[in-house]
Amino acid sequence: MFCFPAMGHRHCCALGPMDPMRRSPSPCPSRPSSPRTPPCEMLGYVGIEAVLDQLKIKAMKMGFEFNIMVVGQSGLGKSTMVNTLFKSKMWKSTVQGLGTPTPQTLKLQSVTHVIEEKGVKLKLTVTDTPGFGDQINNDKCWDPILGYISEQYERYLQEEILITRQRHIPDTRVHCCIYFVPPTGHCLRPLDIEFLQRLCRTVNVVPVIARADSLTIEERETFRRRIQHNLRTHCIEVYPQKCFDEDINDRILNSKIRDRIPFAVVGADREHLVNGRCVLGRKTKWGIIEVENLAHCEFPLLRDLLIRSHLQDLKDITHNVHYENYRVCRLNESHLLPRGPGWVNLAQTPAGPLATPQPSKVHQQAQEDSEDGDEY
Amino acid sequence: MTSEVARHLRGEHQDSGKFHILLKELQLVMLFQTHMPTKTTCLSSQISDDEQNQKKENIRSLTMSGHVGFESLPDQLVNRSIQQGFCFNILCVGETGIGKSTLIDTLFNTNFEDHGSSHFYPHVRLEAQTYELHESNVRLKLTIVNTVGFGDQINKEESYQPIVDYIDAQFEAYLQEELKIKRALSNYHDSRIHVCLYFISPTGHSLKTLDLLAMKSLDSKVNIIPVIAKADAISKAELQKFKIKLMSELVSNGVQIYQFPTDDETIAKINASMNGHLPFAVVGSMDEVKVGNKMVKARQYPWGVVQVENENHCDFVKLREMLICTNMEDLREQTHTRHYELYRRCKLEEMGFTDVGPENKPLSLQETYEAKRHEFYGERQRKEEEMKQMFVQRVKEKEAILKEAERELQAKFEHLKRVHQEERMKLEEKRRLLEEEIIAFSKKKATSEIYQNQPYMASGSNLKKEKDRKNSNFM
Repeated sequence: MFCFPAMGHRHCCALGPMDPMRRSPSPCPSRPSSPRTPPCEMLGYVGIEAVLDQLKIKAMKMGFEFNIMVVGQSGLGKSTMVNTLFKSKMWKSTVQGLGTPTPQTLKLQSVTHVIEEKGVKLKLTVTDTPGFGDQINNDKCWDPILGYISEQYERYLQEEILITRQRHIPDTRVHCCIYFVPPTGHCLRPLDIEFLQRLCRTVNVVPVIARADSLTIEERETFRRRIQHNLRTHCIEVYPQKCFDEDINDRILNSKIRDRIPFAVVGADREHLVNGRCVLGRKTKWGIIEVENLAHCEFPLLRDLLIRSHLQDLKDITHNVHYENYRVCRLNESHLLPRGPGWVNLAQTPAGPLATPQPSKVHQQAQEDSEDGDEY
Repeated sequence: MTSEVARHLRGEHQDSGKFHILLKELQLVMLFQTHMPTKTTCLSSQISDDEQNQKKENIRSLTMSGHVGFESLPDQLVNRSIQQGFCFNILCVGETGIGKSTLIDTLFNTNFEDHGSSHFYPHVRLEAQTYELHESNVRLKLTIVNTVGFGDQINKEESYQPIVDYIDAQFEAYLQEELKIKRALSNYHDSRIHVCLYFISPTGHSLKTLDLLAMKSLDSKVNIIPVIAKADAISKAELQKFKIKLMSELVSNGVQIYQFPTDDETIAKINASMNGHLPFAVVGSMDEVKVGNKMVKARQYPWGVVQVENENHCDFVKLREMLICTNMEDLREQTHTRHYELYRRCKLEEMGFTDVGPENKPLSLQETYEAKRHEFYGERQRKEEEMKQMFVQRVKEKEAILKEAERELQAKFEHLKRVHQEERMKLEEKRRLLEEEIIAFSKKKATSEIYQNQPYMASGSNLKKEKDRKNSNFM
């Protein structure tokens, strides 16, 4: 082996990680090398792994984006949950005063913040859905939400098919949708089932049991099992989807998560003193519910899933699967072809019409053009 | 609104284009807003590479009161990249025998497959080989493209065209994949050339014309890093002058070679200093020579040993550092965001797609595509009709010919029949004559027999005479 003359940070090791006697390459889980690409033994340290650092530097310079949507009826603690997740006041907890009338239609509200931690900048967009499921007749209350999601895909698609594209297309697509299930303790309600069926086909959905402090541990377990059973019966695939597990490690990790979905969470943004420590929690007459204590609620699991371990995966699946599905559908529409082989089927639809994205003016015009004097 | 940001982002457009894009942005956003039944209050603005956006009112910087945990985001990104593997494609352009394969071997510290090339190829060809390299947990799919026969021909006019065509073909393949309806971009083996190492021969004077022309035609398509090959043939003093001459020639001819990026503080300093050392004077060798008490890669001459990794002897270490350790990712990014986008834009504009329609209305790719499709359909219908007509025409002609032939045959048949008939009649006639003669003869025979039965003597001689006479008649 040889030593490089002192050049910089990492080249001081004389013996590289690849010594010439090793015959077999390091095990890599994904695609095997095709016979056309012979694996080559390198006789010493070259410095290829420096590309990882380069990647990191570039990523940190550009910053990250994450878009999350919270869906649920009012009073389930959505805003508080978001505040707890990101430990800051995204918006004030909405309290419907007596004077304000209940909104007649569902109005989505988005708010964007840039948060930074240890040099990593994250541009976070949270979309709230006040008024979901609050009316007496909740028929088609999912349409505005699906429309919003499709609108983001459409926006990205339009940017992508421009002739002169931007260097970095701004990503406003919803990466993750947290669905709040009210803690009835029984099973999923028809509204939940209808909504989840539609939503799971277009976006990653993570259902949670909201306000779980009203259920005991055993009640939570029963409720969870019932919900899982309901999801299976109606073929609703929530995140992490089984069909996207790439290899055995993923599958093991994800099945552990799948076992605990939906998480029973409690949100709190006030701090209290417990045993001398300052913790986030809810104070009641019978005790303080610590949000970050795994024995009390499963909020840490949700936070870890969303932020610490699967954030990139959420974005990848949104980009590679949901967005591509939308794109195939959209491009096929103009050809008046049936849904082709490009459609990745996330879940079979036993019943219910598919919510079509609102046709934009451009698309409508194209359809008119093609219908005039078409010969096919 | 977002228009200002958009204008700032698209700094590369000329002024005339800005208005159109501005208008388009407004219209696009209005399109979405007016059509949706819900109103999204507070649209998230677009983020740009610099931090200017944070000063806008829409996006607020928020301080968190505790540890959230997303500093692991770069690690998540890196893990995903490790799983996917990396891809790097190098194109080596240089004359035969200038040391391209040896340098690549030395760079990656491996003995790739190597056949020495002949000097007698009639055309320039490109040969690509893909290898998989592993280092700790990084998998790199390395593709090396060599130009075979470059600069060998007597007439070098066509030398660099195959290279340009090859690069374009890779861009085209990627573009095709991107435009497909069902596409698999995440699994696509990216074959676009990320860097072109241009080998300059160490004459010590200046660039050759071929080099200049080749680099000029390649500089807008690929990142070019010029290197001086076989640098052990030049002395140090000459080398300095040579480098200065080369760079000035490149600059005066407007050739844009790859500049190492200096916008990131961590690597700005080293990149800037390396930019001053371009073009790198390199020596390649996989042979090991004992120097001091170590075995180093070197070339041994009777007058000394040229050590490849000695910075005083050549710039090989600098090249490796810049190419692999510091800027590999940037090279890939430049290829994707600059060269490929340029190709894509030119290609699509060539095909007739634009972003702005004739009345300055925003035109989407889809509309243009539909219009073109319509046009092509009409064209196709017309062609089909034409072909049908032609087909019918041909069939008619053929039928006429066939009928003609049939008639001829019929006429011939008739004619033959008639001839046959006549022959037959003639023969009948002859037969009849023959039969009459036979009858006449038999009559005569009968009468002669009657005469024989009459008195013998007297007419014996007469008879004999008559017989003879009759016999002689018949002879």
